[in-house]
This record gives sequence, C-alpha cells and structure tokens, in this order.
Amino acid sequence: MMLKRTAVWLVLLCPVGAMAADAPPGASSCSGCHPASRTVGTPVKRLIGSNPAEIVAAMQAYRSGQRPGTVMERIAKGFTDDETKAIADWYGAQKD
Amino acid sequence: MTGSPSRRDVLKTAAATAAAAATLPLPALAQNAGGRVVVVGGGFAGATCARMLKRLDPRIAVTLVEANQTFTACPFSNEVIAGLRDIKAQQFDYKKIADDKVVMAFEPASAVDPQARTVTLAGGTRLAYDRLVLAPGVDLRWDALPGYTEAAAERMPHAWKAGEQTLLLRRQLEAMPDGGLVIITAPANPYRCPPGPYERASLIAYYLKTHKPKSKLIILDAKDAFSKQRLFQNGWKELYPDIIEWVSLSSGGKVTAVDPASMTVETDFAKHKPAVANIVPPQKAGRIAELAGVADRTGWCPVEPASFESSLQPNIHVLGDACIAGAMPKSGFAANAQAKVCAAALARLMGGQKPDDPRLINTCYSVIAPDYGITVAAVYRATNGQLVEVQGSAGTSPVDAPKAVREQEAKLADGWFHTITGEMFG
Repeated sequence: MMLKRTAVWLVLLCPVGAMAADAPPGASSCSGCHPASRTVGTPVKRLIGSNPAEIVAAMQAYRSGQRPGTVMERIAKGFTDDETKAIADWYGAQKD
Repeated sequence: MTGSPSRRDVLKTAAATAAAAATLPLPALAQNAGGRVVVVGGGFAGATCARMLKRLDPRIAVTLVEANQTFTACPFSNEVIAGLRDIKAQQFDYKKIADDKVVMAFEPASAVDPQARTVTLAGGTRLAYDRLVLAPGVDLRWDALPGYTEAAAERMPHAWKAGEQTLLLRRQLEAMPDGGLVIITAPANPYRCPPGPYERASLIAYYLKTHKPKSKLIILDAKDAFSKQRLFQNGWKELYPDIIEWVSLSSGGKVTAVDPASMTVETDFAKHKPAVANIVPPQKAGRIAELAGVADRTGWCPVEPASFESSLQPNIHVLGDACIAGAMPKSGFAANAQAKVCAAALARLMGGQKPDDPRLINTCYSVIAPDYGITVAAVYRATNGQLVEVQGSAGTSPVDAPKAVREQEAKLADGWFHTITGEMFG
C-alpha cells in the first residue's frame, strides 16, 4: 500500500511526461530556432520563462506587419490568437 | 507501517488516485507502463526523437541505433565545400544523448520484423520494440542515372551525404585550374534539401569568384522551377553574373548519362567535359525503410500526420527525409519538428492516449554568400490526412529586401545551426 501511495504521489508531483506531452500544438517546433539553453550562439530570443503577454504581442505585431521580422512575420500568420496564446502560456510556464 | 492500512489512508489514496486520474487521464506510471521504443538513424529526425521521447517520459526504454559514432551535418556543408568552414564544425557525437539515458547501439540495422516487432542489427543483436521509429534519411539511387555508380562517385562526387564526399568535392575544386568548368546536376523532386543544389552553386561561385575568377559553373537541372528560385536568381545576377548558368529541364538540363573515365556529363542536347562534376542523383528512403515494408512504390514512406506512424505498417513511425510529409520539404528543420511531434505522440500513445492534432513549422535558410542569407518558411497542419500549409504562413524572404536583411538572415542561419544542433547533441 505504501508503495502504491508513493507511486500515486509521484504522479501528482512529477508529471514530467504529461506536462511536456501537453505542450500545445506548434510549441515544439519553436525550439528549432529559439534556444532552450542560455549558452547557444544565436541572436534569437529564448522563449522559456518569457512573459506570455509579450510573446502574444510580438506575434500580433509580426502578423500585422507592425514589427519587422525575417521569418516570424510569415510564421505568425500560421497561428490563430488562441493557438498563439496557448503556446505563449506554455513557454511562460516552463522553467530551466 | 505494516498490516492493513487505516480507513483514513485508504480514503486519502482513493482521493489522490481520483485527482491523478482527473489531471492525467491514463497515467502510465500508475499502470506500471513504460515500454520500449527503438529509433533507427541518429540524424536530425532520429537523434531529436530519441532524446525528446526520453525527456517526455523517462519510463520508456529508448534505444538509438546509428551506424556512425560521429554525426556529420549536411546543413552548412556547402560552406565546407567552398572552403569557408572546417568540417569539424559539422561534426557531433552522441555522448550527451547517452547521458540522457538513451541507449546507443552503434551498428547498422539490417532487418525489421514488423510482426514479431524486432529490429536486427548487423552484428546479429535483436532488439524488441513496442514502437519503432525509422529515420534513415535518404539512399542514393545508383540505378537511376546511367554511368553513375558508387565507384563513379569517387570521381564525380555527389556530396549529398556530408563527410568524405564533402571533402572530396572541396579538394577537387581546390585542385582545379582557373578557367575550369564546374557542373552541378540537380534531380527532379522530391529529394533531400530542395534548395541545396542552388545554395551549393552559389557558394562554389563565391569560391570561384574569390580564387578562380575565369571559371564557370553550369547547373544542369531536371526541373523547370526550384525552391527560392527568384531569390537565388536575383542573387546570382547581383553577385555572380559571369559565373553561374542555370539550364532548366525545358532548356535541355536533364542529365541522361555520365562517364567518369572521360569526365563526360551528357544531356539530350550536349556533352559537357567539366573539370569538376558534382552529380546529385535521384534518391529514395534509406534501405531499412524498404526492408521494414514502410516504403511505397515511389521509394518514400507514407505516414499519418498526427503521429508519423506508417500508413503501411502499424507501430512503425517514419520521420525526416524518408517520409512523405505532404507539403513539408525534406529539410533538417522539418525533420527536427516532425521528430518532436512524433515523440509527443509516442509518449501519448504509449500512455494509452491519442496524439494531438499537430502544427509544425519549417524554416529553411540558404546562403548565397557568407553575408547574404535567404529563407523559406511555413506552418503546417493536418487536413484530410495530409500535412498542408496553413494559409498565409508560407513564403520566402522579400524579393526586394535591403542588404541589411540579407546580412541578418545570414547571421540567423548561423544561429539556427547552433540552436538545432544544440537541441540534438548539446
């Protein structure tokens, strides 16, 4: 019984698989350019731990053409506001 | 602590179980699940998938089967050919992936039994799997172009798999006298890295302009149109007007035969005698895909877009250049994106859940000169079982972009390479 209880609490406290697997559609592609590590040599911003509202605002500005970009003004058009918000919230909640 | 649990304990456990069930519909740990996944091929697709799957669900036993201890990346290998980059910058090992508790098997896979769910390695080891991921990349079709055999590739390199072939082509360019003719042949679609032949032509032209300015480069093409065509052609006009000539299919660009002994490249209309011949032949999915019964008559592998599970064999997933991913091109970025979607789908499937409706991105950088980058990008979703571009998302860099944007895209290309290889091997 003790073992079983421990197992249940492990599931509650460490839902590693579930959390990562629950990344919203599209989120996993971002890390092709946006680095997870702080030490990667790229000018591209990290998304992990970013303010979700800032990500959403940036995506809207890319989409409308207000913010000049290179690839992002195209990629931003591939996501709805709801999809963008889900991705932004997920990245905002990720910790190192 | 021994003996029957108290009523309170039982109630607490029941409540905890209910809470767990509410947040995690089918917790694999509670079912004592885990399972075994074997990934064949340690490139952009396979290395990413193995590593991500282990991170998503550490209970799954993940084995990565790869013939080579060192991975040599194709993106940026055109810079190696042009003498702009050391091949060591392209090379990575699997130590960090092994540190993540992925079991490495450095042997070629020689057979798959989809019924028994086993993979046999060249040394005879048999690995059992619950789900198999095949990411074998491409094989060159040695039967597709008369005269172009594996032996011919030692004289007329393809350099379409990075490594010795990359260095061979570089040495040939270095040995060529000024005023020589270089020929690049580009195959019909589909093939690995659609803009690759044109980026290569650009960077070889950069080398020629810098070191051997009397030389010429002809691209003999089996197509009438190609990826980022206007951007490439504008760049060539601007930077290499007297060096690069592109011969389209309808202008007689299709190569019909080659002869390495006499260094002849033939089309229906002409016989060329180049000093250096870079033959990019037609391709197909890596051989293990055919052996596993997941390749169709085209030589490529049809898959379901949400999980990348083969349409031909259950429990086998195919990723990267080997699969038919609808509108997604055969690029390293696409392979990496597919691998992460597949890893999430595998974690869900092995926990008894259905895969999500996927969104994938591709961004593909090419450089026309070291400070002149261009891109094509798109977002993809599954519609009627096919990956299609989300309307409005697909496109290339602007045709009229200022120099600063080209410079920025060249820098971003470099950053992309560091980021994606860091995700795979760092």
